Amino acid sequence: MAKSSSQSLLDRFNNSANALGLVFMLPAAAILLVFLTYPLGLGLWLGLTDTKIGRPGVFIGLENYRSLFNDSVFWLSVFNTIGYTAVASVFKFVLGLILALLLNQNIALKSFMRAIILLPWIVPTTLSAIAFWWMYDSQFSIISWVLVKAGLIDHYIDFLGDRWNARISVVVANIWRGIPFVAISLLAGLQTISPSLYEAATIDGATPWQRFRFITYPLLTPIIAIVMTFSVLFTFTDFQLIYVITRGGPVNATHLMATLSFQRAIPGGQLAEGAAIAMAMVPFLIAAILISFFGLQRRAWQQGSKD
Amino acid sequence: MSKKPVVQSVEEKVYSEGGMDFLLTRQRKFVTVYLPLAVFTFILLFPFYWMTITTFKSNDDIYNYEKNSPFWVFNPTLHNIKKLLFETSYPDWLWNTFLVSVVATAISLFASVLAAYAIERLRFKGSRWIGLSIYGAYLVPPSILFIPLATMVYKLGLFDSRWALILTYPTFLIPFCTWLLMGYFKSIPFELEECALIDGATRVQILWKIVLPLAVPGLISAGIFAFTLSWNEFIYALTFISSSENKTVPVGVLTELVDGDVYHWGSLMAGALFGSLPVALLYSFFVEYYVAGMTGAVKE
Amino acid sequence: MASVSIEQAQKSFGRTQVIRGVSISIDDGEFCVLVGPSGCGKSTLLRMIAGLEEISGGQIRIGGDVVNDMPPKLRDIAMVFQNYALYPHMTVRDNMAFSLELAKRDRQFIEERVSKAADILGLNDLLQRYPRQLSGGQRQRVAMGRAIVRDPRVFLFDEPLSNLDANLRVQMRTEIKELHQRLKTTSIYVTHDQIEAMTMADKIVVMRDGVVEQIGAPLEIYDNPANQFVAGFIGSPSMNFLPGILRRQSGVAQVEFGEGVTLPVPRAATGEDGQKVIYGTRPEHIDLVDGSDGVPAEVVVVEPTGADTEVFSKIAGIEVTAVFQQRHEFKPGLVIRLRPDANRAFLFDAASGKRLLA
Ligand SMILES: Nc1ncnc2c1ncn2[C@@H]1O[C@H](COP(=O)(O)OP(=O)(O)O)[C@@H](O)[C@H]1O
Ligand SMILES: [Mg+2]
Repeated sequence: MAKSSSQSLLDRFNNSANALGLVFMLPAAAILLVFLTYPLGLGLWLGLTDTKIGRPGVFIGLENYRSLFNDSVFWLSVFNTIGYTAVASVFKFVLGLILALLLNQNIALKSFMRAIILLPWIVPTTLSAIAFWWMYDSQFSIISWVLVKAGLIDHYIDFLGDRWNARISVVVANIWRGIPFVAISLLAGLQTISPSLYEAATIDGATPWQRFRFITYPLLTPIIAIVMTFSVLFTFTDFQLIYVITRGGPVNATHLMATLSFQRAIPGGQLAEGAAIAMAMVPFLIAAILISFFGLQRRAWQQGSKD
Repeated sequence: MSKKPVVQSVEEKVYSEGGMDFLLTRQRKFVTVYLPLAVFTFILLFPFYWMTITTFKSNDDIYNYEKNSPFWVFNPTLHNIKKLLFETSYPDWLWNTFLVSVVATAISLFASVLAAYAIERLRFKGSRWIGLSIYGAYLVPPSILFIPLATMVYKLGLFDSRWALILTYPTFLIPFCTWLLMGYFKSIPFELEECALIDGATRVQILWKIVLPLAVPGLISAGIFAFTLSWNEFIYALTFISSSENKTVPVGVLTELVDGDVYHWGSLMAGALFGSLPVALLYSFFVEYYVAGMTGAVKE
Repeated sequence: MASVSIEQAQKSFGRTQVIRGVSISIDDGEFCVLVGPSGCGKSTLLRMIAGLEEISGGQIRIGGDVVNDMPPKLRDIAMVFQNYALYPHMTVRDNMAFSLELAKRDRQFIEERVSKAADILGLNDLLQRYPRQLSGGQRQRVAMGRAIVRDPRVFLFDEPLSNLDANLRVQMRTEIKELHQRLKTTSIYVTHDQIEAMTMADKIVVMRDGVVEQIGAPLEIYDNPANQFVAGFIGSPSMNFLPGILRRQSGVAQVEFGEGVTLPVPRAATGEDGQKVIYGTRPEHIDLVDGSDGVPAEVVVVEPTGADTEVFSKIAGIEVTAVFQQRHEFKPGLVIRLRPDANRAFLFDAASGKRLLA
């Protein structure tokens, strides 16, 4: 049982939190520094040069941003992005909340329902977007066919050929894809609310609406804030849906900043300009994060909770 | 897998609901609950139905709704699938997607387990700050990284190779997995590690023999999520890969199955269906872990 | 087995000093209980002995070796945690064998040790179960088994019984004590429950705010508390404290409480005339008397516990608890006469709380 108080170097190392922490952080830090932090900086730099594909650029200051400022297509993409995000987020929130409330009822096959409802979110967006593309086909759209058969319209809808139709179409596809995420996240939040609160409120004479307004909604606010931050973030930077369904058309009517950035940089070869457009998204993203973060803080403070 | 997770971490106490359900009449419940649910389910699932049914239709039926009802397959055919599998590089795409997803997931899990343990458990100097920056990294969208990454990939000579994807996917997988695993690790009582320390375990042994076995549900969540995210990735694969045989399914289907202006909807839908099936299958086995992963990652 | 000696141990978390110069020496084979109100630093001190907290100052020796910089695994100690810290994914057997397996002991040795510990604790039928399949008391036993298997030099216990219900707590208290009598391993036991301390300890260390208030055998501390804090902490129900003024006139010493009530001062007490003092008397040392003896007390509440009767009353407006073995049914408001035993009463300085003793 005699113990020598000398310990191997490895032991010391193993038990020193700082040294071991460093070693453990190494793989993740290396990958993220090289492939995330560095490219972020590189992107910022590229935006300040005139780099094209196959031609290293030189520093030109804010020239790219100046020309974007006078570029009506760029501004169109900015407004499209904001509109796309705003409209889709509102619908995703409202419909997602309704779906969550429905699923939180005592229903048959509940876990099965919950499982299949998540499908649109699990399946590769590109592939489900292709299905939408097919459903939006100008000649063979099943939606148009049904509406015509039902006598509601007499011409097939030109889903993707008309500016506003195209915009509505991609927003609908985005909402379709986003509802499950919002609904299931909010459902998880709903399930942490103690039923005794509802019972107490019912005894106090609260109507269903009042129960929602004064119990469910306030208790759900922190989760709503986070879920909607994520939703806004992903919608704002969306690329796949647009790229698959419209490629930004018709006549740039559905271009988002992400798709325009791709369009200019890769097929167009204007890497610098694409990078500048991508960087122009950053302030919006930061604003979205800050708004939801502070909204969340205020709520948490109002409820007197520490986390 | 059937064992209940030993440590219930991400999911908080879940209440069984509907105690006051008797207050609702049946008819009322049908109108206010089941009917809207049915509408939601129909809308959310219809595109998949349409995808599936188109896959098995002959060209005749795909483009003629008047002869047969479009909502059913009357003359099922494997023509579209056959064409997909034998006349295109689809099998290659499947293999590429699978390979890239598995390797990227493995790398990310390895790095994330170590990072999450270090941040959450070793509490080294600055670990809080690093934890927050990992969260920040999770919020950086690929659509602002793909251009600089493309130039890097090109310079590194990785353009048009699977390595371009294997090395870049971890940029979104590691932040996600680390954040998720931190939540799981947090729920493991400190005393267990302290007890193991007294029992003579080294830090590495503690991680391997105590923490990881207890975080198995978290590892599964992180693993299947990372796999799914890799499988579904689009913008990097679209940008970094050019030759047909190196493409992934989402990119291949979109760029290779469209023949000029002629859309072969049958094989397009078959491609979409078969690209969706692997993740849908994986999902069906691990629904609970997906939900836990999703809600866990959203939580702060 | 080994002695443990703690010399001027200190611990700070950032700026706050939690252990402020603690010295304790524990003999080989002794059962030492650290007791004190919650937050006083007992767990921190125990964890410093275990090697789970760095020692900011002073020295800790186990069996003569200074262990300040030694990692836990080399200290040859075993610890039972408040929440037992059983590994949830291992069976009872694996939980107990874990440390031996890490030490790469051979199979036979491990099996012997585990089955011996299981015999001692009556865990033989539970070896293949998982912790979640055990009751609270069984988990507690497994935690002990895990410690016994190691055959360590020192057992450390951090409030091991506080998660059990009252009956089980009493039973496990006895079991731990029996186990100690059998194994004679040096044990350091942390609790905030003074009854546990009194019943289990060979030596009690009373702590408050990171300092040791008194060290001694249980009855020694009960009979001779060093100060008002220890006097109030040890003993149940707690000692009554009556603030008053010491009067020494013409050879008679007494404490004045107002309303003309006075009580004679214990023989050995010191203190000057006019000094503000606290007069301490234990509930079990108060007698019920007749006639003009003792002092008047107005009954507030009577609580029969079955074995005893606790009477809460007011002497000169000060709440006083008395415990009688006889049954009494006093109506609230009734004035009775009580006489604290002057020889077993204590006098404390009101300002410092120090015992006034020659
Ligand atoms: N890791 C820590 N960091 C900061 N303060 C701590 C830490 N651990 C304990 N403390 C503080 O030290 C004091 C003593 O704690 P502890 O030893 O757990 O008390 P006890 O076990 O006697 O109830 C408490 O005030 C507690 O808040
Ligand atoms: Mg404690």
